[in-house]
Amino acid sequence: MADALLDVRHLSTRFTTREGVVRAVDDVSWDVKEGETVALVGESGCGKSVSALSIMRLVAQPAGQIVGGQAVFKGRDLLTLDEEAMRRVRGREIAMIFQEPMTSLNPVLSIGRQLTEGLEIHLGKTPQQARGRAAELLGMVGIPDPERRLPQYPHQFSGGMRQRMMIAMALSCEPSLILADEPTTALDVTIQAQILELMKDLSRRLGVAMLMITHNLGVVARYADRVNVMYAGRIIEQGTARELYGNPRHPYTLGLLRSVPRLDEPRRSRLAPIDGQPPDLTRLPAGCAFLPRCAFRVDRCSVERPPLVPVAHTGPEPHVSACWEAERVIARQETR
Amino acid sequence: MTKYIIKRLLLMIPTLLGVAVLIFFLMRVVPGDIVELRFSGETSGVSKETLAIERARLGLDKPLWHQFVTYMTGLARFDLGTSMWTGAPIHEEIKLRFALTLQVAIMSTIIAVLLAIPLGVLAALKQDTWVDYSVRIFSIAGLATPSFWLGILFILVLLVFFKWLPPMVYTPFWVNPWQNMLQLIWPALAVGYRYSAVATRMTRSAMLEVLREDYIRTARAKGLWQKLILTRHALKNAMLPVLTVIALEFAFLMGGLVVTEQVFNLNGLGLLFVESVAHRDYTLTQALVLLVAASFIVVNFLVDLAYAWIDPRIRFR
Ligand SMILES: Nc1ncnc2c1ncn2[C@@H]1O[C@H](COP(=O)(O)OP(=O)(O)O)[C@@H](O)[C@H]1O
Ligand SMILES: [Mg+2]
Repeated sequence: MADALLDVRHLSTRFTTREGVVRAVDDVSWDVKEGETVALVGESGCGKSVSALSIMRLVAQPAGQIVGGQAVFKGRDLLTLDEEAMRRVRGREIAMIFQEPMTSLNPVLSIGRQLTEGLEIHLGKTPQQARGRAAELLGMVGIPDPERRLPQYPHQFSGGMRQRMMIAMALSCEPSLILADEPTTALDVTIQAQILELMKDLSRRLGVAMLMITHNLGVVARYADRVNVMYAGRIIEQGTARELYGNPRHPYTLGLLRSVPRLDEPRRSRLAPIDGQPPDLTRLPAGCAFLPRCAFRVDRCSVERPPLVPVAHTGPEPHVSACWEAERVIARQETR
Repeated sequence: MTKYIIKRLLLMIPTLLGVAVLIFFLMRVVPGDIVELRFSGETSGVSKETLAIERARLGLDKPLWHQFVTYMTGLARFDLGTSMWTGAPIHEEIKLRFALTLQVAIMSTIIAVLLAIPLGVLAALKQDTWVDYSVRIFSIAGLATPSFWLGILFILVLLVFFKWLPPMVYTPFWVNPWQNMLQLIWPALAVGYRYSAVATRMTRSAMLEVLREDYIRTARAKGLWQKLILTRHALKNAMLPVLTVIALEFAFLMGGLVVTEQVFNLNGLGLLFVESVAHRDYTLTQALVLLVAASFIVVNFLVDLAYAWIDPRIRFR
């Protein structure tokens, strides 16, 4: 694992609420290598945002606590850094892009102000230098006439432009990793594609690694090198994007694949969303959390939780899945 | 923006005019008149003629419409007339008292803001810790303590422990600042404490709300210093509701400090107001009501300007 830029090991984050302890992230491990784009996929509420926020140590306190694990970034465990050292990582080494462009920018500060403050604080630029760089950045993310845009305020920007601005902000200090938390979920479909293309293009060009969080496996295929599928706070399948598409080994991944339209296949008669609801994270069953919604379940699933183990894979990269019936999943897909 | 300001300034005129008309007729509806009140002390009985002469001198024998026209033409020339009770020009009657009341109001506001903003921010940051509880107790106590009672306490403490009393005669700030401060700091503290309590609670709740906003999380994710996040990102947003509370309190102080003025023996607008109404001094009461109304309107206007200055969504509308 020496070559991993960020290596998350056995991360667990919990929230103490009135309803009980929410195991939002439960013993999760994944990594991102230099310059690579890794996806974190799963339905809403499965712990994707909390995973990213835990890395940044921005989980809502005091309800949310990181109760275990490590997040080793460039050789240092972020979870044990002191607050000042962590502050210097945020925005400078790891930047984050949030889901809601409408609420994630400060309404009373100008675009220019919000873009330059990171440059001034992390890179020690003078206001003039920062301003020049901010205009460059806006141009880079495809906002026309940046000089005129800098003194404007977020409410004068459309949703897509705000997200471009968020990307510019994330890139401003040239971080080596960007955590993008559903950056396009709140946008129109046509704009989604533009923003994703922009992110892909910029991350390639600048060599920035990216954790792409999404609930849409369709997005992943185009933009991610490797994929982590999350369900109920845990990783249930991990592998390269190609592997997971061609050779899914978990019923949940299979379900996700069937619920998105695919461009590389003839149009199917209908998309099949996964039936049922994700489980209550305060009362997780002893066995597999996906059991009530699973078409492959066997007796063993309700007794013993399946561990994440290697499965037969086609490429050189490892492929792991947490399912007792992993071998049957692929069979079913082939005979579909 | 300039157009907006001009529009607002012009709009003040009809508002004040409405107030002027309203108070003119309201005063005349109230039973009793100044002439009868003036001679009510005399036991030997006052002849009808004396009363009539006095009425004529004050112009109260004229028909109502005539009095109204006189009043309005006076206003148009910024002439408030003379006090019916003392006969002195009204602007002379009001000048010093207005200065005093305005100064107490400004000083209380400064004290309130200096206390409320740090305390409110601190309480919000340390929500549900002993710091928060202490601040909340301090501000609830402020709400529960009447200013005049606190004023009496100040006077007693100064008298008993320091054998000293604040000067009784008002010295304007421009005459002797030190003397002036010695006198006014006590009422300003007494009033400012209660005032700060209101503002502290508002600051705390506004901050709590703002600190939960997504853009604060964004600011933290950018690796900004905590202090910068608080001042630049949070406080600016939280200031909007706080400003409203502060302005309302301030406007209230311009006319409502009757009891505190009494306690500190201050000759302010509040006391003058009560006296003028008790005397049915129509001209003086009218002028005072107009002054207080104008204070409200001006403060409101300033708040709206501040809102626009802070919040671009308003500025660019
Ligand atoms: N501040 C919080 N307090 C309590 N529970 C929370 C909090 N934030 C997230 N959770 C819970 O943690 C779980 C994971 O949330 P999240 O990571 O936001 O999901 P998503 O995968 O949609 O990003 C959810 O069940 C959510 O209810
Ligand atoms: Mg989320």
